[in-house]
Amino acid sequence: MNLIVISLLVLGITGLAAALLLYLTARKFKVEEDPRIDEVQEVLPGANCGGCGFAGCRALAEACVKADSLDGLLCPVGGAPVMEKIGAILGMEAAASEPKIAVVRCNGVCEARPRTSEYNGVKSCRIQHNLYVGETACPFGCLGCGDCAAACQFDALHINPQTGLPEVDEEKCVACGKCVSACPRNIIELRKKGPKGRRMVVKCVNKDKGAVARKACLNACIGCGKCQKECPFEAIVIENNVAYIDWEKCRLCRKCESVCPTGAIHAVNFPPRKPAGEAEGQKPVVEGQKSKVESTEAKAESGVQAEPKKEEAKA
Amino acid sequence: MKPLIVAPAPHVHSGDSVRKNMLLVIAALIPAYAVSVVSFGWGALITMLISVAACVLTEWLIAKYLLKEQPTIGDCSAILTGMLLAFNLPSNLPWWLIIIGAVVAIGVGKMTFGGLGQNPFNPALVGRVFLLISFPVQMTTWPLPQGFKGSYVDAETGATPLYYLKHLVKEHDGSVVSDLVPLKDALFGFMGGSLGEVCALALLAGGIFLICTRVITWHIPVSILATAALFAAVTGWCGALPEGMCTSQYVAYTLLTGGMMLGAFFMATDYVTSPMTAWGKIVFGAGIGLIVMIIRTWGAYPEGMSFAILIMNACVPLLDKIRPQRFGEKVKKQQPATK
Amino acid sequence: MKTFRIGGVHPHDNKIYSAHQPIRECALPEKAIIPLVQHIGAPAQPVVEKGQKVKVGELIAKAGGFVSANIHSPVSGTVTKIDSTTDAWGMKMPAIFIDVEGDEWVETIDRSTDVIRECTLEPKEIIDRITEAGIVGLGGACFPTHVKLLPPPGKKAEVLIVNGVECEPYLTCDHQLMLEHGEEIMTGIQILMRALGIQKAVIGIEKNKPDAIARMQELASRTLGVKVQPLKLKYPQGGEKQLIDACIRRQVPSGALPIEVGAVVDNVATIYAVYEAVQKHKPLISRVMTVTGKSLERPGNYSVRFGTPLTQVVAEAGGVPEDTGKIIGGGPMMGRAMNNIDMPANKRVSGLLFLPEAESRRTEPENCIRCGKCVSACPMGLEPYLLSKQAEMQMWDEMEKHDVMDCIDCGCCLFTCPSHRPLLDYIRMGKATVGGIIRARAQKK
Repeated sequence: MNLIVISLLVLGITGLAAALLLYLTARKFKVEEDPRIDEVQEVLPGANCGGCGFAGCRALAEACVKADSLDGLLCPVGGAPVMEKIGAILGMEAAASEPKIAVVRCNGVCEARPRTSEYNGVKSCRIQHNLYVGETACPFGCLGCGDCAAACQFDALHINPQTGLPEVDEEKCVACGKCVSACPRNIIELRKKGPKGRRMVVKCVNKDKGAVARKACLNACIGCGKCQKECPFEAIVIENNVAYIDWEKCRLCRKCESVCPTGAIHAVNFPPRKPAGEAEGQKPVVEGQKSKVESTEAKAESGVQAEPKKEEAKA
Repeated sequence: MKPLIVAPAPHVHSGDSVRKNMLLVIAALIPAYAVSVVSFGWGALITMLISVAACVLTEWLIAKYLLKEQPTIGDCSAILTGMLLAFNLPSNLPWWLIIIGAVVAIGVGKMTFGGLGQNPFNPALVGRVFLLISFPVQMTTWPLPQGFKGSYVDAETGATPLYYLKHLVKEHDGSVVSDLVPLKDALFGFMGGSLGEVCALALLAGGIFLICTRVITWHIPVSILATAALFAAVTGWCGALPEGMCTSQYVAYTLLTGGMMLGAFFMATDYVTSPMTAWGKIVFGAGIGLIVMIIRTWGAYPEGMSFAILIMNACVPLLDKIRPQRFGEKVKKQQPATK
Repeated sequence: MKTFRIGGVHPHDNKIYSAHQPIRECALPEKAIIPLVQHIGAPAQPVVEKGQKVKVGELIAKAGGFVSANIHSPVSGTVTKIDSTTDAWGMKMPAIFIDVEGDEWVETIDRSTDVIRECTLEPKEIIDRITEAGIVGLGGACFPTHVKLLPPPGKKAEVLIVNGVECEPYLTCDHQLMLEHGEEIMTGIQILMRALGIQKAVIGIEKNKPDAIARMQELASRTLGVKVQPLKLKYPQGGEKQLIDACIRRQVPSGALPIEVGAVVDNVATIYAVYEAVQKHKPLISRVMTVTGKSLERPGNYSVRFGTPLTQVVAEAGGVPEDTGKIIGGGPMMGRAMNNIDMPANKRVSGLLFLPEAESRRTEPENCIRCGKCVSACPMGLEPYLLSKQAEMQMWDEMEKHDVMDCIDCGCCLFTCPSHRPLLDYIRMGKATVGGIIRARAQKK
């Protein structure tokens, strides 16, 4: 009996002492915070992707609460709806933004880009990029080690083993920009998603002169300027031997795609064209699966979801 | 010409490998094991066989069916764990207990953390301590060395020298001195105990072999043995020893009996669960030496090597904060820029 | 016998293939391509035009800044174009293309082989000649030599340390140079001592070159203030900081230059170039390269004019062996594996090493077993296992706190790792990133 009383007393007193200590410590070190930070954090997605440019959702919430207006603050994952909610909490106007998506600007598939060496180091684009040109002769193209795929927290980027290039899953991509900073060669760009997801992209960033670029990769942009001449809206600029389509000006007429001699310009998510009498190289394709070889052979095939070819697999 | 292979420098390697290191440790354990086979006969053979087989099998099964990855038993680390576990068991332990120990060692001690290199505690010791706490009677019944004459099932048992040593210091009772095995037997391996405790000389030889082949460094064993010896000497100088036992004898018994040699050279030096830097290793060893002597002198168990190592294993992340001496760090103060 | 005090490894030296092979002159190329970046620092600015005739030794590109170096024509002929060419790693570099016609030298250059020992020039004149000759450190880093000879204000050099260590396995060019041109090197040392205004020089040579030690010792006994220091075999003894530690027991603090402890380090090949520049008016237009490999037909030491395509150098050594898997520019510990050998020889390439395919691939990495061998091998006292993990996790701030900028890229960690983990690959990447962060921070201030 005595034993039980003693143990109860000892345990009870220890517990009370500990509780008191904890209470005092908590009081002493309490940090006063704006309660709205918690509210804002509540509406944020909580992925801590860093796509907003801050170190996680909490940091963005703090920045929003501190800021005088929401200009320049954007959660790329939640997009406009989330920003509106934040605006409502803080009594500010949310800036409108257009949905964006990550676009891989390289179409140097395996059969278009012959391999000139064998990389035997760590599977990391950054390390390979710091070391040398890469397994192919193109010093600008995708290295295919998948730093971008590893950086993606939304499982939206994967290296296609057939092409050796990353592919963006349009459903999952939230345009957080992690892959953009992960790519040592600045191949990935955040572009406007476009109406119904339709957009025109030059899938090449090779700044070499035409002949050199073409030697390294059959699908390279050679900076010939045909697309620039063809474009009725002056949306295409050619700088450093590579074409770039300004998405603000592009009206999705697809004329540039038809004239591109190397097939570097891709039209994404367009409905299939009428096959009658059309020249080659116009088949709508999913990102990264297009190549010169394929487009000649697969004229008849249509549909947004182009299947990976057997030829590719063999190659 | 074939495409050239390109990789970052360096382009040559020392040829060292995990497997090579493990095999060298196994080789270093063989002399001690040979002595224990001579001492304990069939018991030593059976215990070792079951322990190694169970460890390897457990690792293979877990890797293959639970983790669904390529089993890495090829690196021989499971064999080593099995051997070290067997070295920590009495030779008359029932076979099912050995298997339980092996499953706990590999399953709980190693694979739960992600396999080789990830475990915070020495797997063999996790298995051993689990058995010691769960089955204290079987784990502390030490068969006497009888060679192949004794039977495996009910061998003649008796107390180990450590039991008498503890009694001697704790009770200040000099009457047990005569029960201690002569020092010569402790050195050459003729005393009761677990498989790996019997021959200090063979373990010492194995340990020196490991240091010479640069598998381990001297820091941990030397600091463990030095700390333990110092502690024992201080015990003697303080007059804690009864009549019939002098300080130097007590120091010798401390170093030569129990798991001291095995622990210092083979268990504490386990790569994964020991610190990386020289000073970290020295502190780690000193901690082990101190704890083992505290347990031996005042604790409930006669031997405390396993507990001491496990406790210090827990401190390793902290000890890894000790930085190695950076180049140019020390001389910064001694040598102001030349004018 | 001395050596440096922290870390180090013992790779097999494999020097037997090309050791004691006399230096052979490599034939002139038909077309020479001279890169404008052959040193650390700003690219050189071309001073010739297309169609211009040049002679051997004529200045064709001027240093583009203080930390930069002049480039002279190694051949005589006509400049055909100034364009970009691809280096051995597939990257673009600007270069001057010259069609070789004959071998006509600038008249002021003394081409005789007599050794001229007397030097009565003022220090400033010596440094001017070295600057003019475009001499850079030929040990590998290619740091312009004249910059080293002009210590920043408040610092004073006390001792010249001569690097004859050649700790990289396979390479033998410095060894052979010491054997054949010991006297010239000794004169070069005296010239540099004069230029720096110091009375002491130490030549560090590893003990696997006993004949070079003996030769240099014999010459040093006749020279005031010069001492030969035989060194134990250990890599990376040729690293600047390690060599200073080994020779004069002083450690250069983190982030500082050797001049902080009063030392100036120069490679024997650099010193030979200094001798030629000062005494013979010959600018740096050629260097000795080791071309070696286990299956190479004629491994050896070749004196190569810059601009000669490496393919031609290889052809003299018997062509690329059948079983080649990897071609390395430099030694196997720090040299860079090449993508192609179409690149011209230049100041940077100290050797060509052909590794058979069987030795070219790395072993698959396993888990880190925390053995601590990388920590004890690191000559800078860093923790490679930790740094590599931090780089993998992109913890740049942590890396900076753990002194990643002290890493000298020696490769000891990766060499010694029993799990074959690509430690240095990650650390190097982390170092580049952290360096960028530090520079950005400095710019902001």
